[in-house]
Amino acid sequence: MPENTRTILICSGKGGVGKTTLTANLGIALANSGATTAVLDADFGLRNLDLLLGLENRIIYTAQDVLDKKCRLDQALVRHKKEPNLALLPAGDPRMLDWMKPEDMKQISELLGEKFDYVLVDCPAGVEDGFKNALSACKEAIVVTNPELSAVRDADRVIGILNTSDIKPIQLLINRVRPNMMANQEMLSIEDVQSILSLPLLGIVLEDEQVIISTNRGEPLTLSDGKSPAKKCYINVSQRLAGKDIPFIDPKNEGKSLKDKFMRLMQTKIF
Amino acid sequence: MTLRDLINKLLGRETSSANTARERLQLVLAHDRVDMSSLTTDLLDKMRKEILDVVAKYVEIDFEEVAVSLETEDRMTALVANLPIKRTLTGEIQFKKNKGTPKTK
Repeated sequence: MPENTRTILICSGKGGVGKTTLTANLGIALANSGATTAVLDADFGLRNLDLLLGLENRIIYTAQDVLDKKCRLDQALVRHKKEPNLALLPAGDPRMLDWMKPEDMKQISELLGEKFDYVLVDCPAGVEDGFKNALSACKEAIVVTNPELSAVRDADRVIGILNTSDIKPIQLLINRVRPNMMANQEMLSIEDVQSILSLPLLGIVLEDEQVIISTNRGEPLTLSDGKSPAKKCYINVSQRLAGKDIPFIDPKNEGKSLKDKFMRLMQTKIF
Repeated sequence: MTLRDLINKLLGRETSSANTARERLQLVLAHDRVDMSSLTTDLLDKMRKEILDVVAKYVEIDFEEVAVSLETEDRMTALVANLPIKRTLTGEIQFKKNKGTPKTK
């Protein structure tokens, strides 16, 4: 029975920045490294984690049913066939009438803590009740943002709330980074985002078409055999989370074409 | 300044959009981070009293006309204190600052 379960909130404030994709890929990557991992979909109004993991047809019970004693926890957990160390637990059903309370989420995360090394909580967008419920169940947090105005602003709100809680550490993940745009100074740089939000950086994930393709198939990138920029980034993040010292990629140095090299020359600081 | 910025400047082109984004973001966050609800009326009252205590050490204030408030304008929140001074403590009348219409009681 794991003693020190790490219960990690994956949140962003803004929707569509890649929380759920990160949860799915990180979950697979951690499970793949041998750690038992549970992913909890705390967004039960609009749940999607099941789709990204390809488990949408296998959900029978939810966390709500466990709390109502309609089933046991292991009946509600959906084990991934290709990655048996990973299990999904949806918090509730979209048709559910009573919303869960912070105590309910806390109870669920404690139950999961008895069985798993990692519990990743996929938080709903927004800073309202759904977010606060998910927050009360977690010990640490990953704030996901994109190098875009609205995403960074919303992340700042979320960080403000997290700072008033007991959650620690709070780490930053910058998602959907486009190296070319950053090199052209047409996108906020990693340094910009990090210095504005002043959080320790956990990782950078590059924009990658493969993410959409893998979502279509319901097979997270980290589960596939192929190579892809985002897959590598997700694996790096999972290793850093486990305490390994993995160097960060520098998006500005990612492009290999002549144009990219020229653009890098243009970035030279002259004074 | 980077080589690119220099060329843009020489050609009279706009600065890169990342710079614009950073500046706009810093402004909007400066505003967002001042959470007005965290400064409750109690705290504001306490702060007002302490400010008056400090100022009253040096000058005599017209306590009837004192106004300390938070005002938000152009994305910035400011603490605005209007403290009409009757005289310095040496007894000389220096000046009287009084913005807006004085309240009559």
